Amino acid sequence: MDRIYGAKTPGHTAGGEKIFKTGVLDIKEKIKEIMNKLDRSDPEYFEKMQELKAMDIVADAIIIYAQRYSRRLLEIAENEPDPERRKELMDMAEICNWVPAHAPRTFWEALQHYWFIHVGITYETNPWDSFTPGRLDLWLYPFYKKDIEEGRLTRERAKELLACFFLKFNSQPAPPKVGVTHEESSTYNDFSKINVGGIKEDGSNNVNELSYLILEVYDELRTLQPNFAVLVSEKNPDHFLIYALKIASAGFGEPPFFNHDGVVIKMLRQGKTLEDARLSGVSGCVESGAFGKEAYILTGYFNLPKILEITLNNGVDPRTGKKIGLETGNPEQFRDFQELWDAFIKQVKYFLDLKMHGNDVIEAIYARFMPVPFLSLWIEDCVENCKDYNAGGARYNTQYIQMVGLGTVTDSLAAIKYHVFERKTFSMSELMEALRRNFEGYELMMEMLRNPEKTPKYGNDDDRADSLAVKIVETLSNLVRSYPPSPIRRASKEVYWLPTTVHVYFGKVTGATPDGRKSGFPVSEGISPVQGMDRKGIIATFNSVAKCDWDKTGGALLNVKLSPEIFGDEENLRKLAQSIRAFFRLGGHHVQFNVVSAEVLREAQKRPRDFQDLMVRVAGYSDYFVRLPKALQDEIITRVEKKSF
Amino acid sequence: MIKGIIFNIQKFAIYDGPGIRTIIFMKGCPLRCIWCQNPEGLMPHPQLCCYERLCIHCHACIQACPKNAIIHNVEDTHIINREICDMCGECVEECPTGALGIIGKEITVKDLIEEIQRDIKYFDSSEGGVTFSGGEPLFQAEFLYETLKECRELGIHTAIETSGYSSQEVIQKISKYVNLFLYDIKIVDEETHRKYTGVSNRLILNNLRSLVLNVRGKDIIIRIPLVPTITDSNQNINNIVGLLVSLKDIEEVHLLPFHDVYEKYKSLGMPYTMTIHEPPNDDRIRYIKDKFVEQGFTVSLWGVK
Repeated sequence: MDRIYGAKTPGHTAGGEKIFKTGVLDIKEKIKEIMNKLDRSDPEYFEKMQELKAMDIVADAIIIYAQRYSRRLLEIAENEPDPERRKELMDMAEICNWVPAHAPRTFWEALQHYWFIHVGITYETNPWDSFTPGRLDLWLYPFYKKDIEEGRLTRERAKELLACFFLKFNSQPAPPKVGVTHEESSTYNDFSKINVGGIKEDGSNNVNELSYLILEVYDELRTLQPNFAVLVSEKNPDHFLIYALKIASAGFGEPPFFNHDGVVIKMLRQGKTLEDARLSGVSGCVESGAFGKEAYILTGYFNLPKILEITLNNGVDPRTGKKIGLETGNPEQFRDFQELWDAFIKQVKYFLDLKMHGNDVIEAIYARFMPVPFLSLWIEDCVENCKDYNAGGARYNTQYIQMVGLGTVTDSLAAIKYHVFERKTFSMSELMEALRRNFEGYELMMEMLRNPEKTPKYGNDDDRADSLAVKIVETLSNLVRSYPPSPIRRASKEVYWLPTTVHVYFGKVTGATPDGRKSGFPVSEGISPVQGMDRKGIIATFNSVAKCDWDKTGGALLNVKLSPEIFGDEENLRKLAQSIRAFFRLGGHHVQFNVVSAEVLREAQKRPRDFQDLMVRVAGYSDYFVRLPKALQDEIITRVEKKSF
Repeated sequence: MIKGIIFNIQKFAIYDGPGIRTIIFMKGCPLRCIWCQNPEGLMPHPQLCCYERLCIHCHACIQACPKNAIIHNVEDTHIINREICDMCGECVEECPTGALGIIGKEITVKDLIEEIQRDIKYFDSSEGGVTFSGGEPLFQAEFLYETLKECRELGIHTAIETSGYSSQEVIQKISKYVNLFLYDIKIVDEETHRKYTGVSNRLILNNLRSLVLNVRGKDIIIRIPLVPTITDSNQNINNIVGLLVSLKDIEEVHLLPFHDVYEKYKSLGMPYTMTIHEPPNDDRIRYIKDKFVEQGFTVSLWGVK
């Protein structure tokens, strides 16, 4: 079953403003108050009391933990000959004595306070959880402003503290993964995603001095962790977006850009209050959530191309010869495309049912055997509800399935629709034979299937393919959302479109597909077009993507390759910023730029047929890199290396 | 409905006019500049082209051709007998990799407008629009006029990249619907112009003079191809500077340094007569740039500020 979907332990959420406004002692006080009011005749009295006691114990634990730091710092300070350093150590001891017991009063305390809580949460949940301080520029700004005004802090000092703070994330990787988990998500990145920009609770622009400072520190450190997200709202100034693009232009693909106004719409659709929606952001890869108030559990990936493969084999997985799906009919006898579509959706429903059932079982196990009382202290309203985060204590509860392979499945269906049923270029039997033989002896058919001039491809603003992507996204959103809330957490069911690295693993276990992809090769990643199939530049890709209704999902990941000269000057960055604006106005959720490097161009020289999507600016015009004469290719590589355009 | 012939639509163009632009490359040009960087735009009819790099030597094209116009030579690259080829497209249909293609397709004003409109949100956010390039857009005057008119109705900013070689009536007529002219001035001396472009420049210069009287100077940007020894000679540059100064209203100049595009000609089976293959060097470009800057012009390379 791991070929069709990965299962994940729950845990995903992000920190909200409560963390930065509340001390552990405040929460202990609240717990005491609630305990005193608990009604002994309440049938859940015992469970509620136990949960509150557990919360109280872990609340004490984090204070004890912090005080150990405080004592140790004093010891070190005593033996420190340098008076300046000694003073600093004494200050640190004082901070660790104050937080997390009390709410932070200064910028420095706020960072330390969060870090204790971060450590508490990640140690408690142990499995990979993507915990993050969330909207850091929003939560920290009042501290920053006050400290600067009162002369306690300088910009430079704030910068240093932020740098130290980020380095803490980098020195705390996710726990090692093994076996299938490793195959599915081969990274030690803990996906702690710091958000900057976006809007505030009252709907106004949130970009402030700290938004810039945070990105500036990231730019200087360039560590693997934490990750960053730039929330872009209509309310945010272009200047900020351009600044963030400048940082992205260094070529690491970070930070990615998110449509915050779109995130707010998604949250509102799910029934969050307007204020909670505005305080939302993105965590993990691209996951929208109400920060500090929602348990949005990612339950695992869903391999759509594999389900198409099983549909084409009438319920059988051709890798093993075992029947693992439904008998939805022999596709060689289908008379039209609609029959194939119906069979595919039937098959999807079948696997979705299994998955949904499994998710509810896992949720019940976690609610019962894996309580997380410490995390529950910080996610509103677990304390008030006397309920654990894993048992539905949070204000909002959601269960997500991560769909994988939109490009591959769209292009595969488009290829069948176009070649088998419309143009009758070849029959379904011929296609099936080619797939069984992994296109050996069918090389010309494969070439044709991989050629956007001959076969409609998603990502080129070609309605013939895009209309299918629209239909897939719409159908899956509706299907998943039609399930009733989970029995324990009352979680609504939602869809994300993101793969982490599982598209590689899913590709490995999926045979040849009708889009001309050979067996074992990665399936398409996120909602990006199939690798190399988008030939018309970013606006055509944006247009294809924006046709789908992402507001009905919780988020979708789009990677776009960009030729480096786009980043050559400020004026170009402005135009790139404007194109992001337009994409977001059209409904895009996320975009991340991969800036093409000189190595990629060299690779393209060696294997031109694998890089037919690469467009570069030659001089007064842009052209496909692989179609250029060798000498000009060399010249462009030199230009890229010298970063001179 | 009137049809035009185009050979490419390029999106997210950020150098040819303000904002984010979609460029429509129109086919057919009355000039024959020996350095032409877009030879696929010269002929007014569709052409078969061949990208050897993408060929997998399957020979499907040879079998497909009903006229036996394609053979492969000893190195297994294509030899197309263009005398026999009647552009039926069978080989392109059969070529699985796109190594063979037809450059140029007919399109109606309606379809072209539909294509342009797809990017309207990008024009809106960037104050961009559509740029008609070529070839020579004025070569398809009627089609261009109708398309420009539609664009105006839709509020889309329009630019044309032109050699200025057309009758005065045509250029006056379309200028009503053009927001920005990217107007080429290549060589001022009439005989030299004729030698390297195949036509006299009298029409071009007259059109520019009357255009300056009719539209605002800032709506005309002069583009000068810098071809070593041909257009970048001191004398020619001085002549152009003098001409532009005399026109008074012109503010901006784009310099377009020449690149060797031999392979483009080869893929189209067209003769390439340039004997110079090196682009002008940076010092030369800077020298020329300064010449214009001294006279108060805003100057950029390829429209990059």
